[in-house]
Amino acid sequence: MIKDKTFEFKNGGDPDVASAVAAIRSLLEFLRRDQSETILGLRENMTQAIRRLEETDSSVAVSSGGELFLRFISLTSLEHPDLSQCKNVMIERGELFLKKISLSRGKVGKLCHTFIKDGAKILTHSSSRVVLKVLENAAADNKRFTVYVTESQPDSAGKRMAQKLRKLNIPVMVVLDAAVGYIMEKVDLVIVGAEGVVESGGVINKIGTYQMAVCSKAHNKPFYVVAESFKFVRLYPLNQQDVPDRFKYTADILKTVKDLNQEHPMIDYTPPSLITLLFTDLGVLTPSAVSDELIKLYL
Amino acid sequence: NEGKELTKEEKQRLRKEKKQHKKNKKDDKGPPEKEKEKEKASVPAPSKPATQSPAHKAPAPVHASESAAAAEKPAKSKAELRAERRARQDSERTSKQGKKEGGQQSASSKPKATPNELQPVVKRLPEHVQVDDPAALKKLAKKLERQQVPLRSDYGYKVSLFSHLHQYSRKSPPTLQISIPATVIHPSIVRLGLQYSQGIIAGSNARSVALLHTFKQVIQDYSTPPNEELSRDLVNKLSPYISFLSQCRPLSASMGNAIKYIKKEISNIPSQCKEEEAKGKLQACIDSYINEKIILASEAISKYAIEKISDGDVILVYGCSSLVNHILCKAFEKQRKFRVIVVDSRPRLEGREALRRLVKKGIRCTYVLISALSYILPEVSKVFLGAHALLANGYVMSRVGTSQIALVAKAYNVPVLVCCETYKFCERVQTDSFVSNELDDPDDLIVTRNGKSHLENWQTVKSLGLLNLVYDVTPPDFVDLVITDLGMIPCTSVPVVLRVKNVDQ
Repeated sequence: MIKDKTFEFKNGGDPDVASAVAAIRSLLEFLRRDQSETILGLRENMTQAIRRLEETDSSVAVSSGGELFLRFISLTSLEHPDLSQCKNVMIERGELFLKKISLSRGKVGKLCHTFIKDGAKILTHSSSRVVLKVLENAAADNKRFTVYVTESQPDSAGKRMAQKLRKLNIPVMVVLDAAVGYIMEKVDLVIVGAEGVVESGGVINKIGTYQMAVCSKAHNKPFYVVAESFKFVRLYPLNQQDVPDRFKYTADILKTVKDLNQEHPMIDYTPPSLITLLFTDLGVLTPSAVSDELIKLYL
Repeated sequence: NEGKELTKEEKQRLRKEKKQHKKNKKDDKGPPEKEKEKEKASVPAPSKPATQSPAHKAPAPVHASESAAAAEKPAKSKAELRAERRARQDSERTSKQGKKEGGQQSASSKPKATPNELQPVVKRLPEHVQVDDPAALKKLAKKLERQQVPLRSDYGYKVSLFSHLHQYSRKSPPTLQISIPATVIHPSIVRLGLQYSQGIIAGSNARSVALLHTFKQVIQDYSTPPNEELSRDLVNKLSPYISFLSQCRPLSASMGNAIKYIKKEISNIPSQCKEEEAKGKLQACIDSYINEKIILASEAISKYAIEKISDGDVILVYGCSSLVNHILCKAFEKQRKFRVIVVDSRPRLEGREALRRLVKKGIRCTYVLISALSYILPEVSKVFLGAHALLANGYVMSRVGTSQIALVAKAYNVPVLVCCETYKFCERVQTDSFVSNELDDPDDLIVTRNGKSHLENWQTVKSLGLLNLVYDVTPPDFVDLVITDLGMIPCTSVPVVLRVKNVDQ
């Protein structure tokens, strides 16, 4: 039942909605329809639902968004003795949470576009809706800038991004993934999105991001990451190998393929030492401040 | 009179005599001497500890000495003391003004004579050792004399960069100067001090646990004297013990935090609490502290750390950290396949103890000395280090050699993980290993091979100094992850944890 709901929200619904938001919407619907008698049973059902969602879409954001949602709604669950009253409070808080995160992309866009100066050349990686929003805001502010997008194989997501940018009348050029080092001297700054922000302040994003970060560090170009706060996750990878397998590959590959060593991972981890600033709806953060925010969110 | 503990009246009498003696001496000397003494006294005045300077006169901050006086001379009322002090200040001020030449002197006397209450009393940090400053040494000697704790003298030539630190010899522990039976210092404290100074109990956790157990014994044997409150008297009783222990071996950060906790618990005992009940409560507090902050914390840290150990790992450890050994043993019990490389260094050779414990468990180990570090590092997948303390700016203070390992590991891109319980976090800030460290016995560096002892007569060579450092600090850029009982945090988040802890308390 939960799977059908997610598909309904994602495929049928707005493609502009982040997958985590769609997941949380379906979780809220699940909460409304849940029949359990106790709070513990409710929590167990919710955790199972989140796990089922992760099976459909293995991105980090769904996992982190789900966990944050669960924590947010169960903060006050012990105050009311009556179960139905509790559930109403939880549903209310859930809707509040959903509203907050739907607005987060707009907040990030507003914060970041001031960092784009007139005449800037921006490099970005693959297709990110948050980066699109930032560039949209900057263009609306009458700033002139050019964008270079990497092709981002194996799914050529970069080409989709270029199309969306052309619709906004922003001059854009698609470059090969291998041409990042070549193009780095021309650009002024690099902006990428994130699928997950980890405890160390590093980010997990589409494969190729780490490469771009290393190049920009070598050329001393600022490397900015834009992410909403529900993408903060309680992981602490030490290196590329340390990222759990369930995030590296898409859900269907995880289910069908036996030997994962033959498969190519879809994401990589960028350590915090290569990131200049993170733009989130909680504000503009340095990588070391992310841990502080995470402690506040999760404790 | 030596062995007996001076009664309160006798102590007061002694103090008054000394003050009188000093005042007479001062009146004899000319005013320029007075000026110099006043200026010198006013400069260290703001940095004096608030409770321990009744011997100092007028320049001392008024409210600090008031509280000191109130704590130690309950017989004299505060008003009498204040009047006495004011009279002294007035007399000195008038005599000085009679001799003053320019405006500078009056300017210098005014800020001193006017209420020093405006100046905040900066507590001298106990770790702030200044052995090459004769004034600080004199103050320390006076304090120890008052507490009837023997002063330990330094040994041997000290390298100039570290001349501000104490350097003691293991052959002359301060316990030699204590008479038997020891009546001023509790015998179990004497025993503990001997164990510290001889290196029988070493290691941050071991020292703290031994200290707490000894304090339990002391509290057990304590009995409140008449007209005294347990909450105040017991804290005063503990001060000479702590001075004695720091003479045997400088206190570690973990011990400092434990002592702070105990003192807080003692002073929070309500006055109507009966003695037996109070003692029982304190013992329970100490037990729960050990249980929560040390034993359970190491369980929590092991749980987090085991997630970071994967099959096929080659783990490098340095020296002997009880926590890291515990983690590795637990991981081995959970059937993780890994092997360990133990790095060791002279003169302590603590790695041998770690090697013994790990091999006993059945873990595959390799043993190298620290000079072979860059040879062995390409094989290593992770480095696990213990810590003596975590400083407020994210620096890790640990056994000397740790920062070397972190540096070389960073150069080889090997992740460095530091494991540390939160009770070892301290508010101190340090960016180098010089300003605050510990110098061990230099004779430890003497090596005997084939019957010949090189460096045996190092004292005769005037230009030779032996340096036996105990700790060093590692900057946070070399550390990838800190595992604490609160979870896995980056090294830069230590101040956040300290902030959260202070809010809790």
